Amino acid sequence: MSAKGNAALPIEFQTQQNRMNILGFWIFLGAEIVLFATLFGVYGVLGHRHAGGPMQQDLFIIKDVMIQTMLLLTSSFTMGIAIFEMRRENTKGLLIWFIITLLLGAGFLYMEIQEFSHYVHQGATMQTSAFLSSFFVLLGTHGLHVTLGIGWAVLLIIQLVQRGLTPVTARKTFIIGLYWHFLDVVWIFIFTFVYLRGLVS
Amino acid sequence: MGIKWDEFFVTGDPLILASQIAILLTSIGAVAALTYFKKWRWLWTDWLTTVDHKKIGILYILVGIVMFFRGGVDGLMMRAQTAVPENNFLDAQHYNEVFTTHGVIMILFVAMPLLIGVMNFIVPLQIGARDVAFPQLNALSFWLTFSGAMLFNISFVIGGSPDAGWTSYFPLAGKEFSPGIGNNFYAIALQIAGAGTLMSGINFVVTILKMRTKGMTLMKMPMFTWTSFITSIIITASFPIFTVALALMTFDRIFGTHFFTVSGGGMDMLWANLFWLWGHPEVYIVVLPAFGILSEVISTFARKTLYGYKSMVLSITIIAVLSMLVWVHHFFTMGNSSAANSFFSITTMMIAIPTGVKVFNWLFTMRKGRIKFTTAMLWALAFVPNFVIGGVTGVMLAMAAADYQYHNTLFLVAHFHYVLIPGVVFPLFAAFYYWWPKMFGYMLNERIGKWHFWLFTIGFNLTFMPMFFLGLDGAVRRAYTYSEQTGFGPLMLTSAIGAIILAAGFAVLLYNIYWSARYADRNISNDPWDARTLEWATASPVQHYNFASLPEVKTLDAFWHMKKNNEIKELNEDEIQEIHMPSNTWIPFYMGSVFLIAGFFLVFEWTIAAAIATIGIIAGLIFRSFDYDEGFHVHKDEIIETEQGWRKVGKGVKNHVS
Repeated sequence: MSAKGNAALPIEFQTQQNRMNILGFWIFLGAEIVLFATLFGVYGVLGHRHAGGPMQQDLFIIKDVMIQTMLLLTSSFTMGIAIFEMRRENTKGLLIWFIITLLLGAGFLYMEIQEFSHYVHQGATMQTSAFLSSFFVLLGTHGLHVTLGIGWAVLLIIQLVQRGLTPVTARKTFIIGLYWHFLDVVWIFIFTFVYLRGLVS
Repeated sequence: MGIKWDEFFVTGDPLILASQIAILLTSIGAVAALTYFKKWRWLWTDWLTTVDHKKIGILYILVGIVMFFRGGVDGLMMRAQTAVPENNFLDAQHYNEVFTTHGVIMILFVAMPLLIGVMNFIVPLQIGARDVAFPQLNALSFWLTFSGAMLFNISFVIGGSPDAGWTSYFPLAGKEFSPGIGNNFYAIALQIAGAGTLMSGINFVVTILKMRTKGMTLMKMPMFTWTSFITSIIITASFPIFTVALALMTFDRIFGTHFFTVSGGGMDMLWANLFWLWGHPEVYIVVLPAFGILSEVISTFARKTLYGYKSMVLSITIIAVLSMLVWVHHFFTMGNSSAANSFFSITTMMIAIPTGVKVFNWLFTMRKGRIKFTTAMLWALAFVPNFVIGGVTGVMLAMAAADYQYHNTLFLVAHFHYVLIPGVVFPLFAAFYYWWPKMFGYMLNERIGKWHFWLFTIGFNLTFMPMFFLGLDGAVRRAYTYSEQTGFGPLMLTSAIGAIILAAGFAVLLYNIYWSARYADRNISNDPWDARTLEWATASPVQHYNFASLPEVKTLDAFWHMKKNNEIKELNEDEIQEIHMPSNTWIPFYMGSVFLIAGFFLVFEWTIAAAIATIGIIAGLIFRSFDYDEGFHVHKDEIIETEQGWRKVGKGVKNHVS
């Protein structure tokens, strides 16, 4: 509760409230892991139940998914640079890398929406089969997280411009960084267990 | 979007019509009373926008008591219907709705709010903190729980109640077999309330890890704080599963997907697994804090330190781990391999070991203690034999082969009521009597309390003991009637009479609250029970900043040792410093309201309206993001005045062991 700062720590860890917020966010990410693990479990159970509808091999285009993956992985890297610039208290560098991160995220999202509408045009909707229901909900949940993350980050960029780098804005930036890396980790699992395994099985 | 206005209000049942009129009159009465007594501003600033953990705790408890009444009426209606063979009080559909809402409300809107309410009030005080880690998030948790409860409760007058059981198994709960919107209420109301609970879990993990006062190491925490901590961890680990399960149910019902459906490759057993992957840990989420309450009450009134503190901590940790590994025992008969059944049989029986350790620890705590038979202690004493009946029949049910005999009978119903009522409700009543002076500054009447105790425990045993025998004789649960030839009549009637006594016990509690609020002595000290933990070191009722200066802890049962070693300090006005506290906020109440509206539209499958309401949710998030309120400081003068106020009243500060 106290606003006493400890200047020896990185800027986002300087107040007690900030340290609690960051720990709280880690625990929230723990809950998110359970959430995605459940969705992966559901996909694991239903992924081979095609009900006469299209199968993974009929739908997935590995080249596009690979580009999506590279966009998101690169955005995680640029987010890392943004946090590095934040630690150096270089607000301008932070903002530039932060915006690059969001553009990459938006690119990822654009491709994912294209991919989904492509499937729907082929007649593969989430009502078609259990496989497609679980596929769309798993990927849709991840995509929704990316969307919310972008919206959230835009709000934060406005605050960074308004207020500059303070312990509070730094903490918010750091937490978005954690969130963004987490979404990247989830994507790696989606890429491996949904796309790659879907194409080889 | 065909809006079927003719199906909007539930019509045609005199009981429900009476309820509709009662709800309307109560609402008009509440608005009129608030206006007449000019209490709107008080309601807004003191309660709706509060972030004080103590007030939020009281709000949770209020919701829990009101819902207890609603769930209790459902229970009474079931007992009335089955009191005699071939009764026509309720028809089959109405009975289905009543047992569904009874189960959901009692678990999610009675047990959870009451326990989280007590946790909210007590945990920050026990660890010597001034609030929880995230006070605004705490308020949001409450308002989401409240919205979920309201949304679920309006179902029986608007739109129709869910009717597929509190477990809502597929395919019955799917659109194919339950085409009405009743089950949408289940999926969406519980989703909103569940989100609130998850936030509470995260909040309390951080609060207990980060906000303990100086000297309070983990192994010096009071047992109630320990159990709240473990419960919060289980909440964080299991509620996301329920979130997913309910979301998939919503998709299946509203958007035509095939997760749990019979057609399209869906798998109905997936729902049963996901439900109990959350549902079994949920049992321990409600029972562990209740165990914590018992530990506090028993050690206070046995006037001894809790026996086997370390083994208690170890036991609850083991229970938390095992709680995640037993879910299949809820459906032994639903087509698992015998290997799977054996595995889950064994893990289930293993739970009896740490639970048994706890029961023996409580008994040893009482051994050679100078026991004071207060009402709170009576509840704790009654817990032991009653809960053991529930526990031992649980071990019987854990044997997969034998379970084929017990499954889905009233034997099971008797078992889980013997676990949940002595295991959760008795401790909660103990908590009311024990902590009431801390919450409100007066004690509940002990004499009326004993009437409450005896009526409730006798009524409880009379209601549920016959069900063991009915179940063994083959009476299935959830059957709305039975023929005379079954011979169930006499025991069913006994059970119905028991339910009336049980309800009378609850009515006496309500009367006690009323009587004590009007007549009880306000002149009590900060420590009327000669208790042991830090919440008793400050005023009753607790001042809004909790502690003028944060206490320093050296041992377990810190307050008792402070009293014993004459370490209770007089107020030193020079040491008082300004205290930083969080400001009130309207955002959580607003968020609860828009979630309620959006949820309501989604229940009726008005997806466009729901999407528009979602913009309101996003607006709330944006407001929150730009909210840089830094809180406020309580001035020295105010602190000194408050402290002198409670330290001089009546019996004053208790600073010795009696």
